[in-house]
Amino acid sequence: MIRFERVSVRYEGTEHPTLSGVDLTVPEGELVLLVGPSGVGKSTLLGTVSGLVPHFTGGLLSGRVIVGGRDTRTHKPRELADLVGTVGQDPLAHFVTDTVEDELAYGMESLGLAPDVMRRRVEETLDLLGLAELRDRPIATLSGGQQQRVAIGSVLTPHPRVLVLDEPTSALDPAAAEEVLAVLQRLVHDLGTTVLMAEHRLERVVQYADQVVLLPAPGAAPVMGPPAEIMKVSPVRPPVAELGLLAGWDPLPLSVRDARRGAGGLRERLADAAPPVPPEASARPTVVHPPVPRASRPGRFARLLSRKAEARVAAADPVADPVTRVEGLGVRRGRVEALRRVTLTVAPGETVALMGRNGAGKSTLLGALVGMIEPTAGTVRVGGLAPARTDPRAMVRRVGLVPQEPRDLLYADTVAAECAAADRDAGAAEGSCRALVSELLPGVGDDTHPRDLSEGQRLALALALVLTGRPPLLLLDEPTRGLDYAAKARLVGVLRGLAAEGHAIVLATHDVELAAELAHRVVILAEGEVVADGPTGRVVVSSPAFAPQTAKILAPQEWLTVSQVRGALEAGA
Amino acid sequence: MTRSPGTARLLRRALHAPEADRGNALPAGAWWLWALGLATAASRTTNPLLLGLLVGVAGYVVAARRTDAPWARSYGAFVKLGLFVVALRLVFSVFLGSSIPGSHTVFVLPELPLPDWAQGVRIGGRVTAEQLVFSLYDGMKLAALLICVGAANSLANPARLLKSLPGALYEAGVAVVVAMTFAPNMVADVVRLRTARRLRGRPTGGVRAVAQIGLPVLEGALERSVAVAASMDARGYGRTAQVPAAVRHTTNVLTLGGLLGVCAGTYGLLAVQGAVYGLPLLLAGLVTAMAGLRLGGRRSVRTRYRPDRWGARAWLVACSGAAVAAAMIWAGAVDPEALHPGVVPPAAPVLPLWPAAAVLIGLLPALVAPVPPSSHGAGKPSSHGAGKQARPGKEQA
Repeated sequence: MIRFERVSVRYEGTEHPTLSGVDLTVPEGELVLLVGPSGVGKSTLLGTVSGLVPHFTGGLLSGRVIVGGRDTRTHKPRELADLVGTVGQDPLAHFVTDTVEDELAYGMESLGLAPDVMRRRVEETLDLLGLAELRDRPIATLSGGQQQRVAIGSVLTPHPRVLVLDEPTSALDPAAAEEVLAVLQRLVHDLGTTVLMAEHRLERVVQYADQVVLLPAPGAAPVMGPPAEIMKVSPVRPPVAELGLLAGWDPLPLSVRDARRGAGGLRERLADAAPPVPPEASARPTVVHPPVPRASRPGRFARLLSRKAEARVAAADPVADPVTRVEGLGVRRGRVEALRRVTLTVAPGETVALMGRNGAGKSTLLGALVGMIEPTAGTVRVGGLAPARTDPRAMVRRVGLVPQEPRDLLYADTVAAECAAADRDAGAAEGSCRALVSELLPGVGDDTHPRDLSEGQRLALALALVLTGRPPLLLLDEPTRGLDYAAKARLVGVLRGLAAEGHAIVLATHDVELAAELAHRVVILAEGEVVADGPTGRVVVSSPAFAPQTAKILAPQEWLTVSQVRGALEAGA
Repeated sequence: MTRSPGTARLLRRALHAPEADRGNALPAGAWWLWALGLATAASRTTNPLLLGLLVGVAGYVVAARRTDAPWARSYGAFVKLGLFVVALRLVFSVFLGSSIPGSHTVFVLPELPLPDWAQGVRIGGRVTAEQLVFSLYDGMKLAALLICVGAANSLANPARLLKSLPGALYEAGVAVVVAMTFAPNMVADVVRLRTARRLRGRPTGGVRAVAQIGLPVLEGALERSVAVAASMDARGYGRTAQVPAAVRHTTNVLTLGGLLGVCAGTYGLLAVQGAVYGLPLLLAGLVTAMAGLRLGGRRSVRTRYRPDRWGARAWLVACSGAAVAAAMIWAGAVDPEALHPGVVPPAAPVLPLWPAAAVLIGLLPALVAPVPPSSHGAGKPSSHGAGKQARPGKEQA
């Protein structure tokens, strides 16, 4: 169906080709998964199928890509539109119209299908994707999972024979991801659509793949094969495969079900081993509370304006409380109650994972903790201060937030300039930010433009900027979006270190594996209310949606991560 | 009612507005015609009572029939813009004076002495009641026009107007709509980046803040526009059909010739001597250009998904607006004094009965247009004093 013949792609101004030596054939009706560390050219490879590379992005493509008999060199993306449906990483950037039904029809209108055909296909697609109730809704009002489904639906209506998806589930909560994957399953099984998709969250998708294409390193030739074979050699693999390798299972299991079947022996071996101790908030406060800046340096006028806030800071400081306390917090946005009666305490050295579906109020809670959002009810106290009423300059040394899009934090042209600015903002000694950057991001030059960093590097830079103020409370919003396993492992290491130093960490995430690795406590939010709050093991193991794969495989034993199991086995051996 | 219950029930059922969905949605054009009718009526009068009534009618219909889609919220913005226009008109009048003669001095501002060459320009000086009343009426007229446009904007999705464009213009129309989304996206970016500044402990206001976030905002908006363009391309935007060269050339000739005709005709109409050939030339140009567009539509392979239908309700909505406009024009011819209350000397405006009754025809859409489905709870409180929120009670049953 798709044939790559000695394809290589080189963008202008780069020394090495982004892709080279791609010689592959994707058979019709298969679900093919594209895996590899970030920055190896997965998106570029996907782009060559729809013709967007090189017709839209520029760059030089040598070799040939033939899709359904059409050569992408001679066919522009619009001339492949009836054959290939493409959904990019950000569904919002995909939408052309503003209601669901129009969006589903847009592609067919461009292709000039007859009105009665369009009508029938829109109805079918609404049913297929479970969108019938949303048909008249403006797209901007939908949740992330719904938007992703609309984006997929909008490329399905012209009945393409090939579907190309770039990270379709990365931004989704576990339940919404299941929804999207179920739809893809159905397309492959019932309609014989060929699906080519790239995804970092392998634990969600690898079990559905018929074939896996591994791009091992930038510019290296890809390897294609059955999922179990490829997972053995892949530098990125999901916990289930990791556990399978550890236990020496053959064939390598890819789904929790397969693994459970073979896990009897492992469970027995582990039964004798020491039961997994839930990770403890071991370290006690070692982060010293920063003194409240006396008169901060701004001009007389600014000082006049902020005098009130400072007065309050000074008054509150003597009783500064290292524990973050949220009591009865309510936040309203217009008519919507984003948070209701939320009560939460975070002690120094503790790591808390906030989970819950898209739109449950996780980001709002983080916003209230950092002072971006003013509570409509209840109180928030961070270091004894109310964040929304305190001068940002004072707050930055008490609480730091790495937002969902780390790029928002970066304004300067070079890494060095960012660091200098961060030192000034936080009133830290010169060079303290640069030292953090070198620690978190070894090998990044001073003159690098933040835009040229990879997703993971950018996150690390933003983290360093935030940490410059040495805030005792660190908040991260969806930190693993777009990170590969290696970048994630580095992040886990860094955050563990910070927790051990006494930083309190709150992370909002959909990534159950990350929560299992890091969190001492898990708080689950639903519709703006706290529905569960307890030690990670207890909250997560009992939940089908939020349990990590290791827990599912080894239940009823309470193992959460592969590294715990590895530790126990090594200790036992 | 008791005489023929069957017919009455049927009639009532036919009049009873159905719940709106995609199938019975009024064409955007109907709402625009209605709103332009009201606007035309507003442009014909300076009577503040009539203008207030027009604004009230528009506000009531908006309150009764708007959805909670993002574009429906623009009404409030237009009302504020209207108030701003009134205020601005008054301020100009106070400081720059006015040509309206008047004898009732309200107060005297110190006058700025100006050199000879600036004769006729005055800054400060005497402010009369007549001049204030005149500018107030004038400002209200402009505000009413704006509010009518705002009503159309919040009742009809502007993007849906595209569906009524001729095929040859559709693609240009989409480009315009995508370009228009640039602005709201940029506003969203500014908000996001300002909160991000706070995260780095910097003040969020001030000139430096704006300068620092300006570039990232522009970059972000540009990137998004490029992403949408890529998506449109991959989804078949701009596919063209093969047409014979003869047809292509004819299209070009017709379109260009038609446009030239329109230009020449307009010039003729405006110039003093050319009134004789102006109108026919303009019409001929229009017809030729339309034919060119029509022929040009052949190049486009697009089809349309569920175009809005002009049903009885659409005609009623459009005609109610047209009726208001016609009645006001007619009233202006018959009884101009009633529509333009005296300014010199100032006289209390009187509500002329018949024109006022005619304006009320504009309420018809609030009865016949399909009712948008009520989403979570009651609708938003109207930003406008006129009219209560609920629909006429009996209709709900």
